[in-house]
Amino acid sequence: MKIVTAGKSSFRTLNAEVREALETENDVRIEDVNGQRYIGAGLDRGKRLEVHGTPGNDMGAYLNGGAIEVFGNGQEAVGNTMGGGSITVHGHVGDTLGYAMRDGEIYVEKRAGSRAGIHMKEFREMQPVVVIGGTVGAFLGEYMAGGTLLVLGLEKHPDRPIVGAHCATGMHGGRIFVRGDVPEENVSEHISVLRPGEKDLADLDRFVREYCARFGKDFDAIMQVPFQKLVPTTSRPYANLYTPN
Amino acid sequence: MQYMVPEFEVERNTSRCISCGACVRQCSYEVHYFDVDGKTVLADESKCVACHRCATICPTHAIKIKAYDMAYKPHANWTPVVQQEILKQAQTGGVLLSGMSNNKPYPIYWDRILLNASQVTNPSIDPLREPMEIRTYLGRKPKKLEFHKNGKLKTKLEPQIKLETPIMFSAMSFGSISFNAQKSLAMAARKLGTLFNTGEGGMHPGLREYSDCAVVQVASGRFGVYKDYLENCRFIEIKIGQGAKPGIGGHLPGEKVTVEVSNARMIPEGSDAISPAPHHDIYSIEDLRQLIWSLKEATQYKKPVAVKIAAVHNCSAIVSGVARAGADIVVMDGFRGGTGAAPTRIRDNVGIPIELALAAADQRLRDESIRGTVSLVAAGSFRNSADIVKAIALGADAVYVASAPLIAMGCHMCQQCQTGKCNWGIATQRPELVKRLNPEIMHERVVNLITAWNHEIKEMLGGMGLNSIDSLRGNRMMLRGIGLSDRELSILGIAHAGE
Ligand code: SF4
Ligand code: SF4
Repeated sequence: MKIVTAGKSSFRTLNAEVREALETENDVRIEDVNGQRYIGAGLDRGKRLEVHGTPGNDMGAYLNGGAIEVFGNGQEAVGNTMGGGSITVHGHVGDTLGYAMRDGEIYVEKRAGSRAGIHMKEFREMQPVVVIGGTVGAFLGEYMAGGTLLVLGLEKHPDRPIVGAHCATGMHGGRIFVRGDVPEENVSEHISVLRPGEKDLADLDRFVREYCARFGKDFDAIMQVPFQKLVPTTSRPYANLYTPN
Repeated sequence: MQYMVPEFEVERNTSRCISCGACVRQCSYEVHYFDVDGKTVLADESKCVACHRCATICPTHAIKIKAYDMAYKPHANWTPVVQQEILKQAQTGGVLLSGMSNNKPYPIYWDRILLNASQVTNPSIDPLREPMEIRTYLGRKPKKLEFHKNGKLKTKLEPQIKLETPIMFSAMSFGSISFNAQKSLAMAARKLGTLFNTGEGGMHPGLREYSDCAVVQVASGRFGVYKDYLENCRFIEIKIGQGAKPGIGGHLPGEKVTVEVSNARMIPEGSDAISPAPHHDIYSIEDLRQLIWSLKEATQYKKPVAVKIAAVHNCSAIVSGVARAGADIVVMDGFRGGTGAAPTRIRDNVGIPIELALAAADQRLRDESIRGTVSLVAAGSFRNSADIVKAIALGADAVYVASAPLIAMGCHMCQQCQTGKCNWGIATQRPELVKRLNPEIMHERVVNLITAWNHEIKEMLGGMGLNSIDSLRGNRMMLRGIGLSDRELSILGIAHAGE
C-alpha cells in the first residue's frame, strides 16, 4: 500500500498525488488529511483509498465502483452523485450524504446531518444503500426515487428525534427503514409507515450484519428493537397538478 | 360541458378533398375522422392545436386552419385568452402548463437595434473574396500570457473548445424531444463543427458516437450523470436555471419515461423524473464552486465546466459570482427561451430579455476586469443571423439556438410540446410519431439553416469592415438603438441611431 501525506497541501495537489499513486497501486492510504475536498472523486472499480483524518466536502463524489474507508469524520456531500462502490466512515458525516446516488453502499458509523439521501434513485440492478448508525437531521430522503435508507439511531440522545423534520418530502420511490419509533410529526404527507415485509426483513438482516461487521457492533442487540418502513403512497406525487394550456 | 368554444376552426374545401384520409391518420390529436359513410371527412375542432400537420400533408391542399371566428364583446382586459385560461382552471383545478416559449408581446430589443456598415474609410470586406473568420473558442483564458526565452508559451492554458461557428444547439433532453430529433441535432453539430447539448436527460447509447460534439448537462435531478457520461463530452454544463422557467425545476411525467428514456436517464420505466427547483447540494455560491470543482476533479481537469443560469433581475451580479466560482463558460438564458413544458404563468412572467441581461453582465465583468477570463454564451431566442450578430456585439462569445433548428425540422410553434403528441415527431416519444422525423433528412435541413446563417454573419461582418468575429465581440460601437429610452440605451450600452 502506497502512503500519501496530505498535511496542508491544497486539494488539487493532494488529489493529483493520489491519482498518480493509484496509477500503479490499487490501495492507497492518505494520512494527516485536513479538510481537503473531492478526495476519491470518480474513483474507479478495483481501487481503494484509506483516509486518515478529516476529509473535506464531496468526498467520493461520482464514485465509480471504488472503495473509500475513512478513519475519522466525513464532512458535507459524502458520496455525492455516486455511481457505485463503497464508502465506510468510522465517525459522523455532515449534510447531503449520498445526494442523488444511484448505486453502491455508504455505511456511516454514527450520525448524519440534514438532507441525507436526497434524490437517491435506482435503476435495474443498481440498488443503492445508505446505512446511518446514529440519528439523522431534517429532510431525510427528500425527493427519494429509489434505493434504501436505513437509520439505526444508536446512542440516540433522549431529546433528539431519530429522524429530523420533513422526512421523505416528495419521496416517490425506494424505502426508508427506521429502527424504533418514527416521530409522526416529522414524517411528510403521502408517506405510509408500515411494518417491514419478509423481503425487507431479509434485506435488513443483511444490511445490519454488514454494519456490525464494518464497525464491530453487536448484531443481536441492534435487532432487538423493531424497524419501521417508510414508503411513498404514490409513485406519481404530482400527476394531477397540471392542466394543458 | 366545457363552457368553451374551440380556439381553431378546420376549414375543409370539399371540392378539393379526395377522402384519402391522410389527415385522419396523421393528426395525433384525433381531430379528423370519417363519417359513418366511410367517405366524408369530419373534424372535432375543439381538439385542434394548429400544428398544421394535416394542412401541410394534405395532397390537394383542401385544409385550412383558421382562428375560430367568435365575436366577444370587446374588452381590452378580459380578452378571450384570459377567459379561456380561467375556464380551463375552473374545469380542472390544475396549474396551466405550456410548451415552447413566452408568447406575450414584450419588447424584442433585437428589433430595436440597428447594425453599422462601413463607408469610405475602413472599407467593407467582401466575404466571397476574402477570408472571414467566425471560428470561436470557448473556455477559461489566462489573465496574461508568459513566454519562455525561446518564445514558447510558458502559461499553461486551460482546455479550450473550438467551434467553427459561434452557434451551438441548446440543451434539449431526450425525453422532452425524441431520439430522432436529438440525433438530427447531433449529426448537424458534427457536420457544422459545433455542439449539441444532452439537456438533463442523460446520454442515449445511440448518441455515444457523437460525444465529440456533445455538451452534457448536470441538473438538480442528476439524471444519467455518472463518470462515463462526464468523460464523454466536450464540456460539462451545470444547469442552475432555464430562461423559460427560472426558479423552478423540471418534471418529466411517467408517461414519457419509455424504456429508452429510462435507459438514458437511468431511472425505472414509467416513473416520474423530478428535477427539484434547486440543486440540494447548492445553497450558496460557495456550494456552486464546490460542484464546479468536483466535476473538474472527477474529469481530471480535461473538461471545461459551464454554468447555465436564467436571465433574471440582478443577473449580472450572479454571472460575476459564477465566473469567480470557477465556471469556464457562463450561459445566460433569456425569458424567451423554449421548453418542453413550463407552468404558463412562469413561462410568461418570470425572467428578463436576454438582450438586457447580456449587455449588463458583459459590462459588469468588464468593470471587474474579468470579462477576458471567462466565456459568455447567450441563449433565449435567436430568430435569425442578425439577432446573433447583435448578441455578439453586445458581448456574447457564442449563442445557443434551439427553437430555430426545431422549426427547420418541422415545428410550427403550436406550443403543445408538453402533451407529448407532437405531430412533427419532435416533442414526443410515441414511436409512430417519432418515425415521421428522419434524421438523415432533418439534419441536412438544420445544416442548411446554420450554413446560411454563417454566410449572413460573414456578410454583416464584412459590411462593418471586420474580417473576424473576434473584432465584433463586445464592439457596441457597431450598434445603435432605435425608439429606445435613455435608460434602455444605457443598459444596452449603445447610442441612439443618428448619434
Ligand atoms: S392538431 Fe394539427 S394535424 Fe390536427 S387538425 Fe389541428 S392542425 Fe391539423
Ligand atoms: S415541437 Fe412539436 S409540439 Fe412543440 S411547438 Fe413545435 S410542433 Fe408544437
